[in-house]
Amino acid sequence: MYGMGILKGLGVTIRHFFESYAEDIRYSGRRYFGAKSDFSERQGIDTRGVYTVQYPEEKIAVPERFRFVPFLVVNDADHPEAPGEDWCTSCGICSKVCPPQCIWIVRGEDPVTKRPIPQPEAFYIDTDICMNCGYCAEFCPFDAIKMDHDYELASYDRTTYHIHDKARLSKPFSYWMSIAPTTANEEARDRGSWEHSDVVKEKKKAGGAAVAYTPTESPAEVLALLKANAPKPEPEPEAAAASTAVASPVAGEAPAAEAADGEKAARLAKREAALARKRAAKEQSGE
Amino acid sequence: MTDQTLAPVQTGTIENAIEFLKARYPDSVKDDTRSGYSGVVVSKSQLVDVARTLRDELGFDYLSSATAVDYLGVSDHMEMVYHAYRTSGGPPLVFKAQTERSNAEVPSLIDVWPGVDFQEREAWDLFGIRFAGHPNLKRILMWDGFEGHPMRKDWREAYYEEDQKPFESRWPRGYIRRAEELNVYGRNVRYPDDLDLGALKDDSAEESLYSGMGLGVDVSAYETEGIKTDKLVVNLGPHHPSTHGVFRMVVTLDGETVLSLEPVMGYLHRNHEKIGERNAWLHNMPFTDRLDYISSMSNNLGYALAVEDLLASGARYAPPSYRAEAIRVLMVELTRIVNHFWAIGFLLNDLGAFFTPALYAIAEREKILDFFEATAGSRMMCNYMRFQGVAKDLPERIRSTANLLNDRVRDFNTMDYLTEMITERLPRAIDDLDRYLTDSEIVKSRTIGVGYLPPEMAIAYSTAGPLLRASGIPYDVRRAEPYSIYPDLDFDVAVRYNGDIYDRYLIRLDEMRESVRILKQVLPRLEKSQGESIFSGNKAIYMPRVPVGEAYGRVENPKGELGYYVVSEGDPKGPQNPWRYHVRAPSFINLTALGAMCKGHKVADVVAILGSIDIVLGETDR
Repeated sequence: MYGMGILKGLGVTIRHFFESYAEDIRYSGRRYFGAKSDFSERQGIDTRGVYTVQYPEEKIAVPERFRFVPFLVVNDADHPEAPGEDWCTSCGICSKVCPPQCIWIVRGEDPVTKRPIPQPEAFYIDTDICMNCGYCAEFCPFDAIKMDHDYELASYDRTTYHIHDKARLSKPFSYWMSIAPTTANEEARDRGSWEHSDVVKEKKKAGGAAVAYTPTESPAEVLALLKANAPKPEPEPEAAAASTAVASPVAGEAPAAEAADGEKAARLAKREAALARKRAAKEQSGE
Repeated sequence: MTDQTLAPVQTGTIENAIEFLKARYPDSVKDDTRSGYSGVVVSKSQLVDVARTLRDELGFDYLSSATAVDYLGVSDHMEMVYHAYRTSGGPPLVFKAQTERSNAEVPSLIDVWPGVDFQEREAWDLFGIRFAGHPNLKRILMWDGFEGHPMRKDWREAYYEEDQKPFESRWPRGYIRRAEELNVYGRNVRYPDDLDLGALKDDSAEESLYSGMGLGVDVSAYETEGIKTDKLVVNLGPHHPSTHGVFRMVVTLDGETVLSLEPVMGYLHRNHEKIGERNAWLHNMPFTDRLDYISSMSNNLGYALAVEDLLASGARYAPPSYRAEAIRVLMVELTRIVNHFWAIGFLLNDLGAFFTPALYAIAEREKILDFFEATAGSRMMCNYMRFQGVAKDLPERIRSTANLLNDRVRDFNTMDYLTEMITERLPRAIDDLDRYLTDSEIVKSRTIGVGYLPPEMAIAYSTAGPLLRASGIPYDVRRAEPYSIYPDLDFDVAVRYNGDIYDRYLIRLDEMRESVRILKQVLPRLEKSQGESIFSGNKAIYMPRVPVGEAYGRVENPKGELGYYVVSEGDPKGPQNPWRYHVRAPSFINLTALGAMCKGHKVADVVAILGSIDIVLGETDR
């Protein structure tokens, strides 16, 4: 019979059409109201249909190992011993292993002796050149440079915003734990401590011991561990529990020249406030 | 296609073949005695004869790769390197022809293997080696107004910084400056002396439009079968969705019928190989992702195999563990499925079924890419393989945590996810596609008998992959020269015999089914090898010392044979960079046969034939 092929074809199309709403129907409107975490099955094993993700209202889940342009790990602002200290020792391995050579590092120098010190004086990444390969994070011996999950880097002016300086690159350890808890745990396990491997060595030398590794996925818990182990514990019993460490990426650590840049500071403050708001909203929605 | 009085084809080993050649040509065939090198060096005067003997008497009928190396500063000569294989399988016979750098010239092998056409043009374009007897020796990747031959060692790119990475300016006194501030564009470009830039301006007269093609075709009336028609030159592309990128086909038409077709490429050329020589060995891995960006995992594997081949002659080399190999096979077979879904979907696009079938085909691809992302960190630019292993083990769980940037939570057991995907989802998706398309009246009438490529031509043109196998040649590198754990695995080399678009579509379905079959065997191997190390080297070494020598690593990429020819000149003091890094790109070489396949068909079929070759311009143009 003529026309059967067309009807069959239309049948296939209409089945796919309805399948693309299967997820929405399954959640019957919760896509628009209620907690976002309800969509756990959206990218699941048994998802059917070509569904639509309504970016930017909805975002697709990125896995822990997802890599976007790198950032530098620094201690949280409420770290008991060295708040805001860089994990980077400016050894330069990342800049050597970088395939497109997009990392520029100024090694720190002691102002008096002119000997190198394990602190980067400046750190630049040209995000226009970065190819997101992840070598810097893979080969960093100090777990100090990590690949970020924040892929929304679009801006109106590439010359101003696309070269990330140290202030912009620095993000607290708690942030790293929040985006990749499994990896952070694996690395801490390999170091044997939640602290920087150099700190572990120093403390050992001094006859003490660094905070031993205990598996946890909560940055607050790590902070509590650090505080409990600090030589002079601050009398702030509430701090560890209440604050989930939305730390200032620049707190106390930025070189003077960069801190003086008012515009940059304002931008950072704004970003920080936005992040804090987001975090608060998430906590309110009952996580 | 050759004369009938041939001696029986020999089937002995490579050593036998070399002995035979040396006995036949005692003066012009010599062993390549350099340390780390293999094969023979043939003198220029008898190159064509030797090639003909190789093909007709020794059975090396398939010329996989022809490329040049510039040994400036080492022995100051240029060298053409050829890798010839038997389509019955086995290792290559490598032969080389040397020439001086100034006035470099080598006889063309185009009469023996027409498949060297583009490769010789590339060697002329990038190295400035002339090929005596090549009928159409002109630039292929660079444009006509380009000065110099960029792959020569003494040529420097516009944004030249240093010969080799890592660059000095990065550390410890990192001084950031954008490349374009140091070398302002426009002031760093040279033109040939005899180039008249004014003549390049398009004055939009119709004649100049056509004469610009360089085909020598003028728009003049001529007569066929009593009807006066115009021979018409039409540019398909470079900006056209049917070309799958930026690719141009200059088609000469008689009415609707194609008289001749010439592919024009290079719009996406970035001198990948020069970048590869500036790079250190490990640096190249993420660059290979960008060749055939649909199948980055298998690009990675090919490069890893080539460099491992070199490393293996060194002292501290340990081959990848079984688990690493199993993960590699898992990844490349998933990649093959991704690629073939993509190829079939877009073939349907080219046939005019705009995007509905394509989206059905690539829906399942999302799941695979999700898995790649969770394992390697990126959906397409995977950068996952390493020399002697892979970058990371499979994650225990495919997991996304809620954080400031990401509002979705997701948590699956990786093995459950893989098992479900391999045993349920992928076979179902392949069957769906089969059901929708294979018996479709329209697909059949558009594809059966169109774009026929006879088997002997498929071999002569050095085509590879589905294109070769759909013409009835069961040649698959995984079986012909096995690598990784393929010898342990049970699968068939898919082959079809009609050599038309329809068979190229069917063979992709067959190959996906074979891939699923392989994947089903890989799953238990993964379970069993859990906990084994995935990297057998020293993880901290980011600048491996690569022993001196040459290596050709090749894999059966979804699009065909992907080969990497790498040469290490191993300066033990300085940082180690490849001396030569050549990519034998299947998309590039498969295009050699495009003109022949399109002849006599209609314009609309050209688009479908191109779609059936399945090219990716990232790889074609490099």
